[in-house]
Amino acid sequence: MKPKIGIFDFSGCEGCQLTVLSLEDELLDLLGAVEIVNFREAMTERSDDYAIAFVEGTITREGEVERLKGIRERAKILVALGSCAAIGGINCLKNFHNLEEVRHIVYGDKADYFETFAARPLKAVVPVDYAIYGCPIPKQEFLEVAKALLLAKKPNIPNYAVCVECKLAENICVFDKGMTCLGPVTRAGCRAICPTYGNKCEGCRGLVDQPNINSHKEVLRERGLTVEEVLAQFRMFGGCLEGIK
Amino acid sequence: MRDLTINIHHVTRVEGHGNIKVNIKNGVIEELNLEIVESPRFFEAMLRGRRWDEAAHITSRICGICAVGHTTTSLRATEAAFGLEPSEQTVLLRKLIFNGEMMQSHILHFYFLVAPDFFGMGSVIPLASSHPAVVQRALRLKKLANDVCAVVGGRHIHPISMVVNGFTRIPKPSELREMRQHLVDAWPDLQATVDLFSTLSIPDFERQTEYVSLTNTKEYAFYDGVIASGDGGTIPVSGYKDKIKESVVPHSTAKHASATRESYMVGALSRVNNNYEQLLPKAKEAARALGLKVPCYNPFMISIAQLVETIHCLEDSINIIDSLLSKGLKEEDTRVQIRAGTGVGACEVPRGTLYHEYTFDEQGLITAANLIIPTAQNVANIERDFRSIVPTLLDRPKEEIALTLEMLVRAYDPCISCSVHLLNVEFV
Repeated sequence: MKPKIGIFDFSGCEGCQLTVLSLEDELLDLLGAVEIVNFREAMTERSDDYAIAFVEGTITREGEVERLKGIRERAKILVALGSCAAIGGINCLKNFHNLEEVRHIVYGDKADYFETFAARPLKAVVPVDYAIYGCPIPKQEFLEVAKALLLAKKPNIPNYAVCVECKLAENICVFDKGMTCLGPVTRAGCRAICPTYGNKCEGCRGLVDQPNINSHKEVLRERGLTVEEVLAQFRMFGGCLEGIK
Repeated sequence: MRDLTINIHHVTRVEGHGNIKVNIKNGVIEELNLEIVESPRFFEAMLRGRRWDEAAHITSRICGICAVGHTTTSLRATEAAFGLEPSEQTVLLRKLIFNGEMMQSHILHFYFLVAPDFFGMGSVIPLASSHPAVVQRALRLKKLANDVCAVVGGRHIHPISMVVNGFTRIPKPSELREMRQHLVDAWPDLQATVDLFSTLSIPDFERQTEYVSLTNTKEYAFYDGVIASGDGGTIPVSGYKDKIKESVVPHSTAKHASATRESYMVGALSRVNNNYEQLLPKAKEAARALGLKVPCYNPFMISIAQLVETIHCLEDSINIIDSLLSKGLKEEDTRVQIRAGTGVGACEVPRGTLYHEYTFDEQGLITAANLIIPTAQNVANIERDFRSIVPTLLDRPKEEIALTLEMLVRAYDPCISCSVHLLNVEFV
């Protein structure tokens, strides 16, 4: 019997689910190997019987906590899909503002209709087995993780810096172009796509294990960034990470 | 007289979370709502204090489907605030990636989200076995559209190289030539798509409303224009707050919007209604083959209007590539002079007119932001359609009424994740 998979979403842009739908060359093969039983963005049928749950999005309100716990109970393996789910991602920018003020900025005197709490990654609510990083996730990484799980193997998630892949791509170093970058402390796996397309690494995949953050903050300050600017760079996607929040 | 209760929790095959609630007692509508239950994400507040050059990358994350649309509109708002006029090459490249996103979003919608209803299926997955040629064609077209975006911006979802006043990487002529060939090769697939969709029986329902879109004297307006209403009159983009009134309702984290009437429509059908004459020849030909005559008052025809626009975008993309190649591509200086001020950007993204407005201080930090999202503009109109169509269906089985309402919501191609990021029109 084909393994049953569910794809779920919480607060986010649904770009990581869309990345799965954008596997145009591989989608039909993938559908031959697994049975997708729950994927609200793409299908009407829903089932609560699944072995692997891919979960996108950040947890930002009470109702989402219960829903996520239910998914965790039913799934044997829970995979965080993308930066919002894995590390909190861009939604954590909200946490640096007063939440009452935030609600009133957006909804004015009707703010009380809409509850919210500090954004948090899935692992702050339930145990997470694996994470696919990135904003959005790279297609290849999703396929590699899916393949490993189907073979009952541990997925190989890189634990080295984006700089390694950037060198392999033969890019000119972002720092040598007079810009600054979070590549030296950010987890690889994206094939350094942002420097390859002329931009800087914004740290969307979170930090490598044991990053030397203090040293990198110093490097950024030597390059003329103020303390506030350094913090702002780290917080763009990493506002929920230890050592940054 | 009939009692009827319908409660559809999390409408499927739409982007984001919405519920349909119908409560009819004795033939009288007591409740008929499209509840938007997506968690609010508060982008307008999150933008405060961030740098001018981060706004596009942050707001891109509002929506994976229209990431290019948010990026472009954001860049245009910042450029308006700084008084910048990007180069002709920048504008052409932006229009090209914009076409790529328009095609990919429309193809995703009419093939993957809408078509299963017409085949009586719950998703595209069983279609892969019953109609493999259709699904393979849909995947080929979607990939082509994604590839257009990747050549220009690095990737479709959260494009990389689009920045204020230009691009961090200019595509190579060889990449554009290859892309041009792929676009030309796609005509038979689009023709087959037109043939398929001209056989579907679109529900027969009409309700005239106000059709709002950008319009432009030079071309079919996506990237640039003034705000036009099917009820007559135009106003500049910077005056958008005079046109659009927003209100908060308890059952929706997306605000409701109104203009001249109590609700209005944005998106492909509004654009085709307002700007039909400027569609390129092959698109007009497709409109005729598909039976789309303007003005069209049937919201179920939105998908057909999207198909017509897809054909327009393909033709336009070939023209843009020809123009870029004949002019020659070059690296450009994208440096800008920061200044304090406010700027508004507006573009026709796949689901309608998107507005971004930012205010910057002298350091180029954002002090206030306002975003008005197409789906939020359509929600009130969808509810008005509900009120108009439900009384005509009351003699039908409950399942059929529920399916029709779901199909109606789906026809609008709502992008609910996007729609819950609104700010009061009055700055606080």
